[in-house]
This record gives sequence, structure tokens and C-alpha cells, in this order.
Amino acid sequence: MLTVNNIEVVYSDVILVLKGLSLSCAEGKITTLLGANGAGKSTTLKAISGLLKSEEGEVTEGTIEFMGQKINGKDPEKIVRMGIFQVMEGRRVFEDLDVVENLRCGAYTRSDRAGVKRDMDLVFDYFPRLKDRRHQLSGYLSGGEQQMLAIGRALMARPKLLLLDEPSLGLAPMLVKEIFRIIQKINEEEKTTILLVEQNASLALQVATFGYIMEMGKVVLDGPCEKLRENPDVREFYLGIGEGGTKRSFKNAKHYKRRKRWLS
Amino acid sequence: MSVAHCGDFRQSYRDDMKVLETRFVRVSVGAFLVLLYIFPLLASNYLTSTMTTIGIAVIGALGINIVTGYTGQISLGQGAFMGVGAFACSYFMRIAHLPFWIAMPLAGLATAAVGMVFGLPSARLKGLYLAIATLAAQFILQYLFIHMDAVTGGSNGIQFPPPEIGSFVFDGDRSKYYLTITVAISAVLFTTNLMRSRDGRAFIAVRDHHLSAEIMGVHLFKYRLLSFSVSAFYAGIAGSLWGVYTGYISAEHFTLTESINYLAMIIIGGLGSVLGSIFGAVFMTLLPQFLTVGTGALAQIFPKIGFLIMSLKDGVFGIIVILFLIFEPDGLAHRWRLIKAYWKLYPFSY
Repeated sequence: MLTVNNIEVVYSDVILVLKGLSLSCAEGKITTLLGANGAGKSTTLKAISGLLKSEEGEVTEGTIEFMGQKINGKDPEKIVRMGIFQVMEGRRVFEDLDVVENLRCGAYTRSDRAGVKRDMDLVFDYFPRLKDRRHQLSGYLSGGEQQMLAIGRALMARPKLLLLDEPSLGLAPMLVKEIFRIIQKINEEEKTTILLVEQNASLALQVATFGYIMEMGKVVLDGPCEKLRENPDVREFYLGIGEGGTKRSFKNAKHYKRRKRWLS
Repeated sequence: MSVAHCGDFRQSYRDDMKVLETRFVRVSVGAFLVLLYIFPLLASNYLTSTMTTIGIAVIGALGINIVTGYTGQISLGQGAFMGVGAFACSYFMRIAHLPFWIAMPLAGLATAAVGMVFGLPSARLKGLYLAIATLAAQFILQYLFIHMDAVTGGSNGIQFPPPEIGSFVFDGDRSKYYLTITVAISAVLFTTNLMRSRDGRAFIAVRDHHLSAEIMGVHLFKYRLLSFSVSAFYAGIAGSLWGVYTGYISAEHFTLTESINYLAMIIIGGLGSVLGSIFGAVFMTLLPQFLTVGTGALAQIFPKIGFLIMSLKDGVFGIIVILFLIFEPDGLAHRWRLIKAYWKLYPFSY
């Protein structure tokens, strides 16, 4: 559905961030993109959704195709209308609007009133907490509720592809699990394709079907999530599980760090 | 090493403290300074006095950049603060019979005090609300300039006695140029170092995230007031030099237009950048001059519509400024940084 083909992204003409990155999202599936801080995950999402322009970034090489159409270089508002919706890192709700108004903003690109109303009920169905707080200013919601609102707002646009940038950021483990459960549910029930960027590798690898691991602006490892979960390097560096299959213990004064088996 | 380092190779604290890091930069800045000092010997009086106005603008722009660019408090009173400096300096020289060397810093301090008073709203106000409050400073001061006849000479203005050292009087274009340029260079140096200090970092912290700054222990109100008073001090010095430059000061010069002109300088040059203040001051001083020359020449070629072309000048000025902002939204200093980054790995840009 989405094919990112060998892209290079340069900021301000002088800073090279993505160095030939390729990935693709299968229709109706959750794809996850993992990597350390500064690997270029958010830049990848911004390149897809067209937000790079406002930060003086540019895709200098390669193409991004969405349902057979080239979308790099297009304006973000056009890309939204094609069906790609990005949920930005750090929630970014409209603080001075209440929950319902925020959701209406999400449906800005749509004109079918009945459908919008149906989807609003659907969002409240997924996130009952938002329903309780529907007339509260979103600036007064808790972090978790704001994240729910951000995802709900995305659903209101009925996107074909949902880009989620770190939905677990700053949330309690319980809430993270709940959010991920809902993300999975949305994917199953609405058949929305999802590209999930996450730091929480173990959860992301559980909900997704295919995963990419990025380092220094490149994909260094990809594969179906079951395989990635079994990969000893991923286990060591991303899941924090030692070779014995248990959580690494730091009690042993001397331990030899496994070296990564890929080039970065 | 004479070329720019492609990485961070500083090995001692002394290396770390250097303002000019490579020999190439040191040599070129040194050459530039020498050029500045021999400039009047090579150029005409007209060019020399234009350079003097640029020097004054640099000082004023540095001042407003400290409060607006570095500390993030919009100030719309820079023009009036320059007026305070000019009138105060003239007053100290005429009435108190102080030499210029004492009167100018005193005028700076007086302006700093005035600036501090008008900076008081920054305790509660932020952003555009503060801008409107500082606008009040502009109007109140302008009112005082016209009505405090004893100090300012009212609407007639007042004479500004030329500075003297012993028997040498600074009344020629060249001597005024040397005076201004020396003060301007010290102002640039002082600002650069101020921003590397503990207080300078506090200013920037207040701008970037005032809550985080407060939680580090920065007293917000103190630093906002401090930035207003330092900025006003620069304006006072610039105003005094303006007095020296014109020899006669009146309230007419220190209007809101002047304040906005200074704001425009730092926006075009680059907010929060010493180099940006210089670029902006040069740009905003030279552009009208170029336009005057350009439209004058055009008017001679097309004498029949000459009048029309001359009157287009202000419009063209506005259009150029807007175009500049569209293509360089982060100011000239940002472009300068990008150009430097580009050449670092030439012929590869990254």
C-alpha cells in the first residue's frame, strides 16, 4: 500500500538524516518501525506525511508511493486527503477546543455528515473515557486521555493509512497496554493500515505483523515480527533479554556484551 | 589548522573559550577590522558618514536583540530609549558640564533605568501583550520629549555639543566615524561574551522555556528586567552617538517608526544572533540608500515619470523587505550559518 523506496532526507541542505531508507506497509496490517533515539524514525514519518517542508527538510533521492501514486513533494494537506493521517509525537491536541471540537477538526477533510457522526460514536466506543469528558477542554485532559484523543482525532478522518508516532510516550504501563489493545482493535475492525513508530519494542513487535529496525538513518534489519522477536540481536538490544532467555541480570560483575551482527 | 575543523577537536579549556576558532577566521576578522579603520582614508565623506550610521544602528540592534532575540521579550520602545540616551547625554554635557566620556556611559545608565521601569510589565505580560505595553513606553517617552522643554528643548529640539579630548574636537565625519566604530566594535565584543556567560545563558533559557528556566533557579523577573535594562543601555549609547553624529537632536527622530525599524533589523538579520544584528543593521541602513540612488538614476533616464519613480521608493523598500522575509524567514545569520556548513565539507554539502 505504501512503498518508501530508497529515500534520502536532507535538512537545511546540509544535514543528511535518512541515507537510503526503504520500507513498505502491507494493506490492512500493522507495520512497526523501531530504532534508538535519533535513528530517523520521526523524520521518516514526516517524509511520508509531507511535514518535512516546514522544517526545511527535503527528500532528495528516492520515491514515496502511496497506492501507486508518487507522494513525495506533495503538500501535507493533499496527502491527508489521499488518506494518510499522522498522529504526531507528543499528542498535540488543540488545547483550547473541547473533546468533541477536537474530533470534529479531525474530520475536517470530510463532508459526509452522517458518516462523521457515526465515526464520532465509533471513537467514543473505542475510548469510553473520552465520552465522559466530551465537553471538557482538551488542555485539561490527562496525558493518556490526550493520546486517546489524538488517535481518535485521526480516526475521524477515516484514513487508509495511520501513522502513529510513539503513542506510548509518557504513559503509564497500564495505559500503554490499553492504547495498544485499542490500536490492534482498530486495525482488526476498521481494516486501517497502520505504521507504528515505537520505543517500546516488545509491545510493538507483539501487535505488528512486520517490523523494520532503523539505525543511523537506515533500515538495518527487517522481517515478520515473529522472526524479529526470535532474532538474538533484537532480543539483546531491543528487548533486553539475555542469551539464556531470561531478563539480563546485572548482578554478574562481568558480562560480555554481544556485538551487533549488522553494519550500521 | 587554517581550514575549518570538521568535528570538535578542542583539547583544552582555553581552546574551548576561543571566540574565533581557526587561524583563517582570526586572520579574516583581523583584516576586516584593519579595513574598518583605514576605511575613511580610502572612502568619500558620504560613505564614511553612512558607515557611521551603520555603526550606530549596529549598537541599537544589538540592544534590541538582547531583549527580543535572546530573552524573547518583544520591545517596541527602542527608538524612544535612544532618544532618552541622546537627550540625557546632551543634558549631562550642557548643564552638568561633564565630558562626553563620562556623559555617554551615564546616559546609558539613565536609559537603562528608564528601560527597567518600562520593563516592569514583563513580570506579568508575555508575547504580544508585552509588546503593547512597551508600545506605551514609546508614546509616554515621546510625549515627555516634546513637553520637558528644559531637558529636551521641546519640539524645537536641542543642540548636542561635540565631544572633546583635550583640544581635539570630534566634529568631522572621520573623527565621528572612528568614535562610533570603536564603540560599536566594543559593543559587539561585549554582547558576544555576555551571551557566553552565566547571565547570557539565563537570558536564552528564559526565552526558550521560562518554566524550565525557573526550575533551574533562574529568577525570571530579574532576568527579564535585566534584559530590558541592558537593552536600554545599548540604546542610550546608540542615542548618544546619534547625537554626536547629527550635532542636533529633536524628538522627531525617536519615533515608533524608528523602533519598528530596529525590530525589522533584527528580524531580517536574525533573532538571537550577534552577527544577525550586524547584518540587519547593515541591510536596513544601506537598502534605503541604494534605493535613493537607484530611483534617482531611473528618474534621470525617464524624466517624465521621474517624480512617480521617486515616490515609489518606500513601496519598493517594503516589497524588498517582505521578499526577504519570505525567502529568508530565519534571518541572514541563519543563511550565513548554512553557507558555512556547506563549505565545511566542500565539494560535498553533507
